[in-house]
Amino acid sequence: MLKAINALLAVLAGVGGGFALYLILNWLVERLPGRWEDRIKPYIFIGPAIVFVTIFLVYPALRTAYLSFFDDGGEEFVGMANYVDLLGESSFLNALFNNVLWLIVVPAGVVIAGLIVAVLADQLSTRGENAVKSFIFLPMAISFVGASTIWRFVYAFEPEGRAQIGLLNAVWTFFGGDPVAWVQNDAFRLNSFLLMVIMIWLQTGFAMVLLSAAIKNVPTETVEAARIDGASEVQIFFQVVVPQIWSTVITVFVTVLILTLKIFDIIYVMTGGRFNTDVIGNRFITELIKFGRDGRASAIVVMLLIAVIPVMIYQVRQFRQMEATR
Amino acid sequence: MTTTTPPLAPDTEVSEPAKPSGGKPRRGIGTIIVRVALLVMVLVWTIPTIGLLVTSGREPTVVSNSGWWSVLSSPLDFTQWTAQNYDEVLTAQGMGNAFLNSLVVTIPATVIPILVAAFAAYAFTFMKFPGRDVFFIVLVGLLVIPLQVAFIPLLQIFGEIGIVGTFPAVWLAHAAFGMPLAVYLLRNYMEGLPGEVIESAKVDGASHFVTFWRLIIPMSTPALAAYAIFQFLWVWNDLLVALIFLGPGENEVVTVNLSTLVGTLGSDWHLLTAAAFVTMIVPMIVFLSLQRYFVRGLTAGSVKG
Repeated sequence: MLKAINALLAVLAGVGGGFALYLILNWLVERLPGRWEDRIKPYIFIGPAIVFVTIFLVYPALRTAYLSFFDDGGEEFVGMANYVDLLGESSFLNALFNNVLWLIVVPAGVVIAGLIVAVLADQLSTRGENAVKSFIFLPMAISFVGASTIWRFVYAFEPEGRAQIGLLNAVWTFFGGDPVAWVQNDAFRLNSFLLMVIMIWLQTGFAMVLLSAAIKNVPTETVEAARIDGASEVQIFFQVVVPQIWSTVITVFVTVLILTLKIFDIIYVMTGGRFNTDVIGNRFITELIKFGRDGRASAIVVMLLIAVIPVMIYQVRQFRQMEATR
Repeated sequence: MTTTTPPLAPDTEVSEPAKPSGGKPRRGIGTIIVRVALLVMVLVWTIPTIGLLVTSGREPTVVSNSGWWSVLSSPLDFTQWTAQNYDEVLTAQGMGNAFLNSLVVTIPATVIPILVAAFAAYAFTFMKFPGRDVFFIVLVGLLVIPLQVAFIPLLQIFGEIGIVGTFPAVWLAHAAFGMPLAVYLLRNYMEGLPGEVIESAKVDGASHFVTFWRLIIPMSTPALAAYAIFQFLWVWNDLLVALIFLGPGENEVVTVNLSTLVGTLGSDWHLLTAAAFVTMIVPMIVFLSLQRYFVRGLTAGSVKG
């Protein structure tokens, strides 16, 4: 209770204080002679946001890059040693390989599942469509940790002879299979793929909403014209609809790609990186929390950062184009 | 936060409004296949969660000896149901305390970035000043930055001020990580507001501050709500930032508590399922009641092309 009151006070103080700061600064600037007021005021408005981003995001990012060339205590300059060491370790390369698998499978899986729901539900009555979409969309509210627990239960394993309480093993043994410890089974990276299912399950709703809206924006005339020309529904979909929603497909793909690149929670909860399921997002946490190796952990995030740079450039370009057409 | 969320567009809902005319195409056998396929997908997307919910209310002994679906045969056999699991999770396993902590973390971490971002978005939209475009382009670039890049130096800074493991550390971290998206969304929304209103306010002699507070903020409610829900869900569901800056212990949040329980309770499924459901209940309520705003935050510019 005391905690709740404290929190409430903190919120009030934080927000009230923040607002008061703007008020005071604004009042001060308004005392300035006209021209100076106009010159300085914009910086008062954007100032706090810029300060936040600079202190807590930009400066730390640069500092991390710097630290990645130092030893784990951050004292001795070691050049590229952290990078060389990491890239020479089979366990790290394995994590990288898993990450690549995730990046290939998850965004594609999300887009495809989202497209299937969007296209098929479009055939239903409006009420039916809305109901279906709500069910698919709901997991968007669930955390990675919560979803991992849900699926860990689906994948639960009991030795042969006991009742299987995990849904997957129950179905599997019903059809005559022997119970499988799914999460520990890394044959053909089976367990990694089962973890990817969780991510696809969570993100499909997002893809569905964007893609469905895009599909509904495709002008009916283009579809009708193709139909009159004798095109099959499949041809219409791939040759008429898909090209018109392509930019949305890309947006969804890139968004999920970025999210997947940093994936950490699911692996942390499901396996802790064991059974050949490690990824670099989880490896970073292991290095940082478990071993306290700042230098190596920094080198790992710098690699992540480098992987993101192309997307960053793409984003800025997209934004510029959008602005130009405003 | 790192998403390539497109700018806000006018109403696009999960639920589409009824179509004015024409109706949808219907074809006999195709319709059946479509329905079966959709039914299968809906089942896959709901059954795991239902299983969790059912299990969380069952007696421990029945949970470990029979699949949760066996309740379907005798749902009214009340000897199998219990609230004991929730009781134990909330008290003995610390989920009650974690729940409170999550609220304490999430509310300020949602409100602070909105306030700061709204001022910045106003300046980016309605004021002219040197450096404006450069600053904004940098923010757009920061949208996709992996926030892990900030952790190690931030831990050092917070360590020096002595706030590691306390709530202000996560408030500040979340406020900063959510800032680029907040400014971006709000600015894009404000850009679409009618310019004449602001012009006429200026002619009437209203200062920027008054225009901002009296005109722009009320007009931007949909965008503010969209971002608020986005950030609320993000912070509540976050494990990474909470784990690093608060960690397990007295101040842990629900996600950290649950991830620890998964490790320590292993296959005590009656407890794990109850704990998981406690972590999910608030975002579910927020999400279901405010879904339309959330979807507006997700959809948009991309759809326009």
